[in-house]
Amino acid sequence: MDNKINELVPEVKYTAKDFASDLDVKWCPGCGDYSILAQVQRTSPDFGEKRENMVWVSGIGCSSRFPYYMNTYGFHGIHGRAAAIATGVKLANPKLQVWVATGDGDMLSIGGNHFIHACRKNINMKILMFNNRIYGLTKGQYSPTSEKGMITKSSPYGTVDFPFNPIKLATGSGATFVARSLDRDPKHLQEVISKAAKHKGLAFIEVFQNCPIFNDGVYFPLTEKETKADNVIFLEHGKPLLFGANKDKGIKLDGLDPVIIDLNDGKHSVNDCWVHDEFDDNPTRVFLLARFTDISGFPTPIGVFRQFNKPTYDEEYVKQIAQIKEKKGVGTYEKLMLSNHTWEVN
Amino acid sequence: MTKTVQVVDDVTVRFAGDSGDGMQLTGSQFTDTTAFVGNDLSTLPDFPAEIRAPAGSLSGVSGFQLHFGSGDIQTPGDSPDVLIAMNPAALKVNVKDLKPNATIIVNTNSFDTKNLKLAQYGTNPLEDGSLSGFNVIPVELTKLTMTALEDLSLSLKEKEKCKNFFALGLMYWMYNRPIDITLKWLESKFNSKPEVLEANQRVLRAGFNYGETTEIFTTRYDVKPAKLPKGIYRNVSGNEAVALGFIAASLRSGIPLFLGSYPITPASEILQELSKYKNYGVVTFQAEDEISGVASAIGAAFAGSLAITNTSGPGLSLKTESIGLAVMTELPLVIIDVQRGGPSTGLPTKTEQADLFQAMYGRHGEAPVVVLAAQSPADCFYISLEAAKIAIKFMTPVILLTDGYLAFGSEPLKISNFEELPEINVEFRTEKEGFFPYLRDENLVRPWAIPGTPGLEHRIGGLEKKDVIGNISYDPINHEIMVKNRKEKIDNVQKEIPDLIVDGEQEGELLILSWGSTYGAIKEAMRNLENTGHKVSHAHLRFINPFPKNLGDILKRFKNVLIPELNLGQMATLIRSTYLKEVLQFNKVQGQTFKVAEIENKIIEVLGGNNG
Ligand code: SF4
Repeated sequence: MDNKINELVPEVKYTAKDFASDLDVKWCPGCGDYSILAQVQRTSPDFGEKRENMVWVSGIGCSSRFPYYMNTYGFHGIHGRAAAIATGVKLANPKLQVWVATGDGDMLSIGGNHFIHACRKNINMKILMFNNRIYGLTKGQYSPTSEKGMITKSSPYGTVDFPFNPIKLATGSGATFVARSLDRDPKHLQEVISKAAKHKGLAFIEVFQNCPIFNDGVYFPLTEKETKADNVIFLEHGKPLLFGANKDKGIKLDGLDPVIIDLNDGKHSVNDCWVHDEFDDNPTRVFLLARFTDISGFPTPIGVFRQFNKPTYDEEYVKQIAQIKEKKGVGTYEKLMLSNHTWEVN
Repeated sequence: MTKTVQVVDDVTVRFAGDSGDGMQLTGSQFTDTTAFVGNDLSTLPDFPAEIRAPAGSLSGVSGFQLHFGSGDIQTPGDSPDVLIAMNPAALKVNVKDLKPNATIIVNTNSFDTKNLKLAQYGTNPLEDGSLSGFNVIPVELTKLTMTALEDLSLSLKEKEKCKNFFALGLMYWMYNRPIDITLKWLESKFNSKPEVLEANQRVLRAGFNYGETTEIFTTRYDVKPAKLPKGIYRNVSGNEAVALGFIAASLRSGIPLFLGSYPITPASEILQELSKYKNYGVVTFQAEDEISGVASAIGAAFAGSLAITNTSGPGLSLKTESIGLAVMTELPLVIIDVQRGGPSTGLPTKTEQADLFQAMYGRHGEAPVVVLAAQSPADCFYISLEAAKIAIKFMTPVILLTDGYLAFGSEPLKISNFEELPEINVEFRTEKEGFFPYLRDENLVRPWAIPGTPGLEHRIGGLEKKDVIGNISYDPINHEIMVKNRKEKIDNVQKEIPDLIVDGEQEGELLILSWGSTYGAIKEAMRNLENTGHKVSHAHLRFINPFPKNLGDILKRFKNVLIPELNLGQMATLIRSTYLKEVLQFNKVQGQTFKVAEIENKIIEVLGGNNG
């Protein structure tokens, strides 16, 4: 806890290049990971943190090579354990800014337990989960976010299992910042990353990422120009939920059911639309929003679903240590050994 | 009437009763007082695996054994001289362990039809002559307790709960110990409940006075103080000593202690104990599972903490992949394995030494780690410091083996001065010039460069790294170099560890080679054999990987080597394969440690019944 750290905010202004390590980036050509790396490197100078105080931790998978390409401290862990390793880093030195780069298989399958508990404990770290709905590094098996029925190398007749909805999972587990973005929308991705960097508590960002090799185009309806407007709805705090090329379609809440309305039908206006509240205390609306991807014909929400503040595990821990030190006095060897019943032999 | 006083060298007492009878508490009070009057001692609790077995049933019996004396005491004693049985089940479970002619103090009030039935007695053993080989002292413990408390307004149940203090008072009288230490303890425990305090103190005195006045007790025993080395002592269990040892290591090294842990029997007390010491800056992270326990510790090690994780066999299995990561990333980490009966859930509350192979080899790939084993509850303190020191100095995972017997057993720990503790130097790398993550020193140890240090930003991980430089490398020759580096680094630890000491003749017919918690029983057996003129030597291993450098020489100097261990021969296999030396085995896998007599008999058998 007492590790020395440079407290000052950098005087030198970093550029994106300062965050690129000397290692050649080795994802497949066209992989969405390149864009994610670029947006992180572009936004990092504005995190207000010195480079040496940033730590990127990962597990295993294509996404988990990420720390090698960041010129910060980095730890490429083992499959599924990124959140657990990162938790140790953060607790050992709460002044570090800890990031996790992970994938849908790494974080939601083998690492599922660590993920939900990191969310539950609200450990002050940011999890960037690259969701390509496939196992890339092991060459094309289905993942816990693959759509039901998907044909993959390990499901030649289609999967029979239902996918996780990561937004619901993170929200249900207690993450205090939950967002989604797209590898092919650099500006949006940068905004979301910057917001997450400023959040105090566990921030979870699901990035829809294209894997051109094993699951090419799975997100194209959301990312390509011709279809994006009709299939994506941008979540902006205080703004009505509108979508479509002319922003003439909206979402209205009918009880607990979201309904798509046509603003040109003469019966509805923008005033009927659900207005997004990013800071809503109640998670219910997040679940309703997250459900959009489960209802056919509904646009996919992109942006910050919700952020709110509650004490983080690490700050509570630091506080407790300080309180006990205050109450009992800082421990010494003599106190330690002589605290219990002792006797002397002469 | 006059009572005789008989001086005895050592005594083994066992308190036994229902889980709810407070036997552990009674035992530990007797222990504190006994330590205070200056006896050497060793204790072992025996509690049921079930948390709340039905009252009065055989599976609900809880016991506490204490061996104390005026000489050097190494074990909790083979067989009790005295049994305090609070009910028929306690008698039934424990009577088979007693010495012939042992004294049995029974609470006769509990020997009713219901309890006899629960204990599966067809007839009342107090009346059917089955205890004729023992000196049975019937005491109406419950009734005497109730009478002593007649005028108090406590409920009947509350009054009855005091009866263990009657038994304790009686034992204090019998062994000539003062009651004031327990009186004082009761004061601090019940200072907010004056009536309960009064009741317990009164019953303790009543028990003591009962011994003095009643005619059934004719003899008191006197056990003179032991000649222990000068100093200040405290009584510690193995688990407690591990916790203290690592806090001391944290103070000695000047870096904070981090424990990543998941509850598991019999290791949980280490987590519980450490969680009390927040004012020492200790971070105890109770993780979501065993894997997170070790993985968080690895993260903490990366960030500059003295990182440890504790577990037992099943948990060690779950941690193995992560330990491989710590080998690969060359981070300091101590894994404490409190061994229990296995495989699988096995015998969770019982002891065994069968995780040795797992500690040595239980990882994929070439993944050597340092392996140490504690020899006694008090040694758990010192060996924890050693483990921390080696982990940091050599940037390596260290597996520290203890076991259920050490974890719960207790003995006096002589408290060293802070300056006498091993030095643990931590040098975080700060110099930018010439820094490479896998640049090695003369011992092949890489630098510890922690996040927060400007200019040393670097990446580590499970993938093979380029020698020195530390970038990912799939080069075949480089891989072999790195594998060998990691192995040689562990071999270099040998420079750090003391030579093995042989007790007795330095060469000859028979060497007993032991490791771990069997130390005490073997030590006592050796003393007995020495007294009867047997020629046998003993060496005990605390450092297992690497072995002490003189071990090979020692083995050559003895015609026979006998290795007693609580498994089917794991150390024997290690010795054979390392030194090509044939050894004799003595194995026991019953969830219990060796009795002194078992070791003695085996040695005599190996020596050909030859009395020296
Ligand atoms: S397999 Fe897919 S996810 Fe992995 S690097 Fe190649 S394109 Fe990217």
